[in-house]
Amino acid sequence: MGLHKTEFKGLMGWIDARMPTLMSEYKKHLSEYYAPKNFNVWYVFGGLAITALVLQILTGIFLTMNYKPDAAHAFASVEYIMREVPGGWFIRYMHSTGASFFFIVVYLHMFRALLYGSYRKPRELVWIFGCLIFLCLMGEAFFGYLLPWGQMSYWGAQVIVNLFGAIPLIGPDLSVFIRGDYVIGDATLNRFFAFHVIAIPLVLLGLVVAHILALHDVGSNNPDGIEIKDTLDPKTGRPLDGIPFHPYYTVHDIYWLSLFLIAFFAVLFLAPEMGGYFLEWNNFIPADPFQGPPHIAPVWYFTPFYSILRATTEYFMWFLAAGTIAYALLVYFSLKNTLARLAALAIALVLVVFMVVPVLKLDPKFWGVVLMGISVLIFFGLPWLDQSPVKSIRYRPGWHFWLLVAFVVVFVVLGYFGTQPPEDTRNLISQVFTLLYLAFFLLMPWWSRMGEFKPVPARVSFAAH
Amino acid sequence: MKKLTAYVVVSIAMLVAAAAPNARASGGEGVHLDHWPAARANDLAALQNGARLFANYCLNCHSANLMRFNRLQDIGLDERQIKDFLIFGNLKVGDMMTVAMNPKDSKQWFGKTPPDLSVIGRARTSFEYKGTDYLYSLLRGYYRDAGSATGWNNVVYPSIAMPHILWERQGPREVTIERVLHVEDETTKKSSSVREVQVFDAAGVQAVTRTPLTGHFDESIEVSFKPADAAAARQFDSDVADLVAYLNFMTDPSASARVRIGVWVLVFLSFFTVLAWWLNRTFWKDIK
Repeated sequence: MGLHKTEFKGLMGWIDARMPTLMSEYKKHLSEYYAPKNFNVWYVFGGLAITALVLQILTGIFLTMNYKPDAAHAFASVEYIMREVPGGWFIRYMHSTGASFFFIVVYLHMFRALLYGSYRKPRELVWIFGCLIFLCLMGEAFFGYLLPWGQMSYWGAQVIVNLFGAIPLIGPDLSVFIRGDYVIGDATLNRFFAFHVIAIPLVLLGLVVAHILALHDVGSNNPDGIEIKDTLDPKTGRPLDGIPFHPYYTVHDIYWLSLFLIAFFAVLFLAPEMGGYFLEWNNFIPADPFQGPPHIAPVWYFTPFYSILRATTEYFMWFLAAGTIAYALLVYFSLKNTLARLAALAIALVLVVFMVVPVLKLDPKFWGVVLMGISVLIFFGLPWLDQSPVKSIRYRPGWHFWLLVAFVVVFVVLGYFGTQPPEDTRNLISQVFTLLYLAFFLLMPWWSRMGEFKPVPARVSFAAH
Repeated sequence: MKKLTAYVVVSIAMLVAAAAPNARASGGEGVHLDHWPAARANDLAALQNGARLFANYCLNCHSANLMRFNRLQDIGLDERQIKDFLIFGNLKVGDMMTVAMNPKDSKQWFGKTPPDLSVIGRARTSFEYKGTDYLYSLLRGYYRDAGSATGWNNVVYPSIAMPHILWERQGPREVTIERVLHVEDETTKKSSSVREVQVFDAAGVQAVTRTPLTGHFDESIEVSFKPADAAAARQFDSDVADLVAYLNFMTDPSASARVRIGVWVLVFLSFFTVLAWWLNRTFWKDIK
């Protein structure tokens, strides 16, 4: 007959006989996905990120029904949604608040990985898919931000597209190619719309599936950084410290989802602009190609990277060059292989030449773009930069934790300065913090091995509720 | 180790605090902005008076293209009232608040096309001050200046293109603008502080006195008005507060409904959270 032998009855049995995938996938990913029982609150942000993604897609679909990707109508069509479409303000605020909350949960989700070494072997692919999701998310946010066609939309896009102009030789032509025009215009708006509503979301969804499948193949990490699959129940073959995701983590996540929604809706209903951080005030002025706003800043989730871009000035290049040489020397004396040693020196030398040597040096703006790119892409390298013998911060030296805290401080301060107009003291701090930001990652192969590590137990630590 | 960490944390915090912008409510020229009485935001009588002033004084040069007339039902007006008291041309109650003035003409006449006021309350907000405070101070910041093109000037927005449309309601005023300025001596290149007092009388004739100060003072500006008719000026302040309340309503007409619904959403979610917590606890009792 070709039918699958099923244990279910009725409709479920009928379906299962014809499509056993459904139930087997349900088991694999929910009812029989064994997750460590010692998850703490840091483990709720993955689920919350999925919730945010679904909210963005659903609200986005409804926004597209009334939004007009046309330079002459875009601004008014957003306000039309806010004023004339029944419930439109709710959908629009959900989308704008959702964008910021998406980044909040994703940043917390990423920090969790730093805390417990979730990117370490065997989860490198999970992490790489996650970083790609982060890149897509940044793309989504950037393209989407042009759509309301306010002053900040317009001039923010102008600043970012102009960055491509800093690339030697091809830069100016490349930025015209991206804009589809010599200035940000209707052509730009239409293509950004296409990227925002279909191209990137498609890739994003694919990556999310890959992220979860890769995770479920190797299993989740946990706050102790112990592989629960190493200790199986001899009778059932299941991890002794694992519990089925459903129902235990579904009820757990529902509880935290509810708390998340309280925060989310409190902002949405009571302060949707969030003091100008979630919806920037200048963006309530329609785009004016002839007059820029007094101060251009991206939305808060981009500002740490924007600060790094702005920090890269003419005289900062000397510090950067010095840092590059110092780093090359550190690599030189740490490596045994002569060829690799010389390669490190040679690369550093070439970089320094293009940083500071007159005539040959490239525009600091270009290096700003490079540093900004590195500061985002360096996350991909974490599984290899982190050389600590243990995964979880719980069993690492106490000062490793304080380094993480310092990194968060650097990230937050850079982010705050990025929202503010440039000013001497702030610029100086941004420059110091840019170097600290890079040092945190680039020196990780050295500092992550240092200090006294605590013995890692065989089983996870768990106190029954 | 802990001491060192604490030291580092404190010094970073101090650096950041030093670099933080001065939280000062100030307009274009650093002049202090008055606080708009925010209680008017939900006062229907104030909103209706504001709408009346808006339709009579503003909605001739300024449009509110994103706002439909019949949306004024949200502030307690019915269609008859809107039609009879607020629409002067041939517009219908379901039309947007457009104006007949050609933007090109107005640019020629005023040097600038008067901006659309639909979302002006939000557009004029910044990290430093609220749009409502700005508008409230701007509309009350006019003084006669015989030297300007329109005969008017403004302490919040110097050389403003818009004349004082509501002047009859306010009555004549005299203004005293007291500044501390830093001036540089052309020969010695030495900077010194000067107190400059500008007085514009009710006809806009200016009298300036400058007195050099000894020692260093921060630059500052103080403004004081002397109205000819104190009662009219007080009434005017109240009218402007109403007008700003209306502009604030127009900037986000669903705001009051939003807050009202929001409270119930949060109440519901709080109950749901308790339920979810209890469900979670019950299930997790199995896990030893």
